Amino acid sequence: MVKEITLKDSEHETGVIAKRVYFAGFVILFLVIIIILRVFYLTVLQHDHFTTLSKSNRVKITPIPPIRGLIYSREGVVLAENKPTFSLEVIPEQIDDVENIIKQLKAIISIEDKDIERFKKALKKQRRFENVALRYNLNEEEVALFAVNRHRFPGVDVVAGLNRFYPLGEKLVHTIGYVGRIDEDDVKQLNASNYSGTSHIGKLGIEKSYESLLHGEVGYQQVEVNAQGRVIRVLSRTPPKPGENLNLTIDLSLQQIAIDALKDKRGAIVAMDPVNGDILTFVSSPGYDPNKFVNGIDSKSYKALLSSKDKPLINRVIRGKYPPGSTIKPFLGMVALDSGVRQFHDESWCPGWYSLKGHEHRYRDWKKQGHGHTDLHKAITQSCDVYFYILAYELGIDRIFEGLSQFGFGKESGIDIDGEAKGLLPSQEWKRKALGQAWYPGETLIMGIGQGYALSTPLQLAKATASLANRGDVVRPRLVSSTSNSITSDIITLPVIHEDKVAINEKDHWDNIIKSMRDVVHGAGGTAWRSGLNTEYEFAGKTGTAQVIGIAQDKEYKKEEIAEEFQDHALFIAFAPVEAPRIAVAIIVENGGGGSKAAAPIARKIFDEFMKNETDTETKG
Amino acid sequence: MEEQSLSQRLHIDFPLLSGIIILCLIGLVILYSAGGQDIDLVYRQAIKLSIALIGMIIVAQLPPAVLERWSLWLFIFGVVLLLLVIFFGDVGKGAQRWLDLGIFRFQPSEIMKLTVPMMVASYLADKSLPPKFSWVVIVCILITIPVLLIAKQPDLGTSLLVATAGFSVLFIAGISWRLLMSMGILAAAGAPILWYFMHDYQKQRVLTLLNPEQDPLGAGYHIIQSKIAIGSGGFYGKGWLNGTQSHLEFLPERSTDFIFAVFCEEFGMIGVLLLLCVYLFIISRGLYIAINAQNTYGRLLASGLTLTFFVYIFVNMGMVTGQLPVVGVPLPLISHGGTSMVTLMIGFGILMAIHTHRRFLSF
Repeated sequence: MVKEITLKDSEHETGVIAKRVYFAGFVILFLVIIIILRVFYLTVLQHDHFTTLSKSNRVKITPIPPIRGLIYSREGVVLAENKPTFSLEVIPEQIDDVENIIKQLKAIISIEDKDIERFKKALKKQRRFENVALRYNLNEEEVALFAVNRHRFPGVDVVAGLNRFYPLGEKLVHTIGYVGRIDEDDVKQLNASNYSGTSHIGKLGIEKSYESLLHGEVGYQQVEVNAQGRVIRVLSRTPPKPGENLNLTIDLSLQQIAIDALKDKRGAIVAMDPVNGDILTFVSSPGYDPNKFVNGIDSKSYKALLSSKDKPLINRVIRGKYPPGSTIKPFLGMVALDSGVRQFHDESWCPGWYSLKGHEHRYRDWKKQGHGHTDLHKAITQSCDVYFYILAYELGIDRIFEGLSQFGFGKESGIDIDGEAKGLLPSQEWKRKALGQAWYPGETLIMGIGQGYALSTPLQLAKATASLANRGDVVRPRLVSSTSNSITSDIITLPVIHEDKVAINEKDHWDNIIKSMRDVVHGAGGTAWRSGLNTEYEFAGKTGTAQVIGIAQDKEYKKEEIAEEFQDHALFIAFAPVEAPRIAVAIIVENGGGGSKAAAPIARKIFDEFMKNETDTETKG
Repeated sequence: MEEQSLSQRLHIDFPLLSGIIILCLIGLVILYSAGGQDIDLVYRQAIKLSIALIGMIIVAQLPPAVLERWSLWLFIFGVVLLLLVIFFGDVGKGAQRWLDLGIFRFQPSEIMKLTVPMMVASYLADKSLPPKFSWVVIVCILITIPVLLIAKQPDLGTSLLVATAGFSVLFIAGISWRLLMSMGILAAAGAPILWYFMHDYQKQRVLTLLNPEQDPLGAGYHIIQSKIAIGSGGFYGKGWLNGTQSHLEFLPERSTDFIFAVFCEEFGMIGVLLLLCVYLFIISRGLYIAINAQNTYGRLLASGLTLTFFVYIFVNMGMVTGQLPVVGVPLPLISHGGTSMVTLMIGFGILMAIHTHRRFLSF
C-alpha cells in the first residue's frame, strides 16, 4: 500500500484544502466565462461598429499643448512672454536605426553630443509613439535646410513651439523665477496627460507657485495619418485652454529705483502696500539672467553663478536671514507698553554701557559717552541701546517671544511664492530643543537690540512694518493681485488676506510709537534726519545696523580696519505717509555700514517716487 | 520500492510541460506578427524561453522539503533586495524597479511573486488548519511588507500580483469566510481614508485608472485602440499577419502588455476560445498537482502558484478588453519580455518538483 507521511490530523486538513481548491476552480471557471462573454460582445455583437472604426482608423490623437499664461507688471508691462521657436522632433516608433538617422541629420543640421545624450535619455522614458526632441531652437536656415531634405527622414519633423522669454531679464528673476525643462522629479508630481504636449514647467518663483494657473489645460486633435504616420489632415480639434495671465503687484518704476540703489551691492529691498499686502518692490541683489535657465544653462555658467561670492542665486528677500538689529526696537517698545513694563515717559539712565548685577561683562551702547536720561521716544529716535537692554531684561524672553511673534517674526510671511525661510525668533523652548541649553539672561539683553539668535528675512521685516503702520492689522503680502483669462477676458481679483490682528488695543501706544518713528526721520536728533529733509510728506522709520562679526570687549569697531565682507549690514524700515500709510519698506544693504547712511536714503528715493505717482493719479483722477 | 516512472526520474510533469510548450509556441507565432514580422525578435524571445525552460527543469530537481526549508531565507533575501532597490535602484520608465548587478539588471519584485507564497505556505505548513486568527494576522503582515515596498517603487501591477500570491495561499489554507469578509470590509473602509491622505495628482491618477476614457491621451488611448483591434477581428479573426490595427501601429505596446489584442484581431473569438482552453488545461493540471501533493506545504504552494497564474491571465485580458484598469500585467508566456517569464517558469518548476518528488513507504 502507498501512504503519505504526515504527522498531523491530515484527514481533516486535506479536506479543508481540497474544498478550497474546488471552490477556487469554480471561481476560475466563472471568471473565464466573463472573459469569453466580453470577447463575444466585442468580436461578435459589436463587430460591425469596430470594423467601421478600424477602417477609418487612420486617425490618431495628438496633444495640443496650451499656451502658457503671460505675466504682467502693475502697469501692464509684459514680464514673461512666449516667443516662437522651432525644434527637430523624432517619432521613435517610425525609425528603425536611430544612430543612422542621427548621423544623416548631422550632415545638414548641427547636433551636439549633449543633444544626442539628452535625446537618448528621453527616448528611453517616453512612449514609442510620442515625439522626442533632438534639437531645440533651430534657426531659420536650419528649418529651411531640413524642409528641403524632409522626404529623406520619415518619422522626423520640425515642430513649431513657443519658448518662454523674460524681457526684463535679471530685474525680476527673484520674483518671477523661470521655467525649465520638465525633469524626472517634475514627472512624479504632474498630471502626465495634461502635460503630454508640454516641455517646460515652472521651476522657481511665481512661475513655480502659480504653475497650475499659468499652464492651462491640454487640448487634443484627431488627425488623419498616412501609413508612415505623417499627418495628412486634422479631423477634429478640442482646443487647449490657455493658462491664465497673471497681473503682478510689482510697480516697475519703484522696482527700478530699488535696483539702481543696490547696483553692485548685495542686499534686498521690499516695499509693500500695508492696506492690501501688494508687494510693490521685490529686489534681491545681485540678480541673474533667467533666460539662460529656460532651455538648460550650460554647466560652466551655472558653476560661475554657484561659486560667485555675491551669491546671486539666493533670493535674499525671502531666504536671506539677517539679525534685525535696532529695527526691532519699535516692536519691542510696543510689547513693553502693552505689557505695562514701561510707560511711554518712563526714563532709564544710559551711561554708555550696561551690566547685569554681579557680572563683569559690559553691554555697550553704540554711543560711547551714553544718552543720559532716556525715555522710549528718545530711545527710538536716537536708537539708545542701554534703554532697550534694560527693557528687554525686564520684559523677559517669554514675553518678548510672545509679543514679537504677533508681528510675524519667526514665521513665514505667507507670500504667494515658495521657498520662504522662517527666520528665527528665539525662545527658551527653542534653545532647549536646538542647542540643548538653558536660556541665559544676557541673551535676553541683546535681543533688545535685535542681535544674538534673532534672524529675520527682509520680507518679514516689511510685513511687520506694515502691521505697525496699520496699527495692528496684519495683512498677508502678495505678488499676484488678479488673473485674467485671455479668451474670455474675465478678470478674477484675488482676495486680500487679513491675518490675526496684533492684540494691542490701546490707541495711545500705537500713536506714541509711530510718533517716535516719525521723529527718527523728522525729529531733532533722529538717526535718519538727513533722509527726512525737505519732504512734502512725512514718513516714519527706524534705522538698524546688524553686526556681522563679534567685537572684543576692549576693542572698538573701526570701519576702515575691517574687510568689506565683515562690515555691518545696514537696515532701514519705514512707512509713508505717517497719517495714512500706503507704503511700507524694509531695506537691507549687506556690509553697507550704518543704516542711516546706507539704507535710509534709499527709502527716501522710493517714497518720493511713490508719492509723486500717487499725486499724479490723484490729479488725473 | 516501486519502480519509478520516467516522469519521476526526470522530475518533469509531461502534461504541464506540453501545455507550457504549446503556449510558448502560440506566443512566438503571435509575436512575429505583433513585432512587425521581425524574425530576430522572435529568435531572441525563443532563446529567452529556452533558458527559462531550462531554469524550470533545474528547479524541478529540488525536493520540496529543501524549498520549504529555504522559504524563510529566500523571503528575507527578497525583502533586503527590495530595500536595496529603493536606495540604489536604477530608474527605468520613471519607476525604480531594477537592480544593476553589473552583468544584468533584474527586478527583485519578481522574486517576491514566488517567495511570498513560499513563505506563507511554509509558515502555515506545520500548523493545524484552518488557521487561527493570530496566524492570519502574522501572514497579513508578512505579505504587506513586500507589497508596500513594491508599491512604493511604484509598481502597482506587481504589488497586486504579489499580494494575490500571498493571499491565495491563505485562502486555500482555509481562512474562515467570516475573517475573509471582515478583511474585505476593512479594506473597503480603508480606501476612503487613504484617499483623504493622497495628493491631488495621485487622486487624478487613480481616477484615470478607473476611468481611462477620461484620459484620451494616456491610458484611454490604449483601451480605445485595443477595443477597436479586438472588435474588428470578429469571430474568425482577420488571419495571421493580417491585423491592420497592430500593423498600422495604432496599438501601443502591442508586443508586450497588449499582445492579447493583436491575438484577438488576427485569430478572433475562436482563437480566444482555443487559447483559454490551453490556459485552463495548465490551471487544472496545477490544481490537480495541488490536491495530490503529499504534504500541506506542497498543497498550499502549488495551489497558490496556480491561482496567481490565473490572476495574471484574468487581469491582463480584463485590462486589454477594457474591463479592468490598465495596471501593466503581461499575458503569461505570450507577452514579449524576459523577467516575468522566468518567474513563471520557475513557478512551474516548483509545481513539477512538488508532483514528482514523491516519497513512498511500503508496508
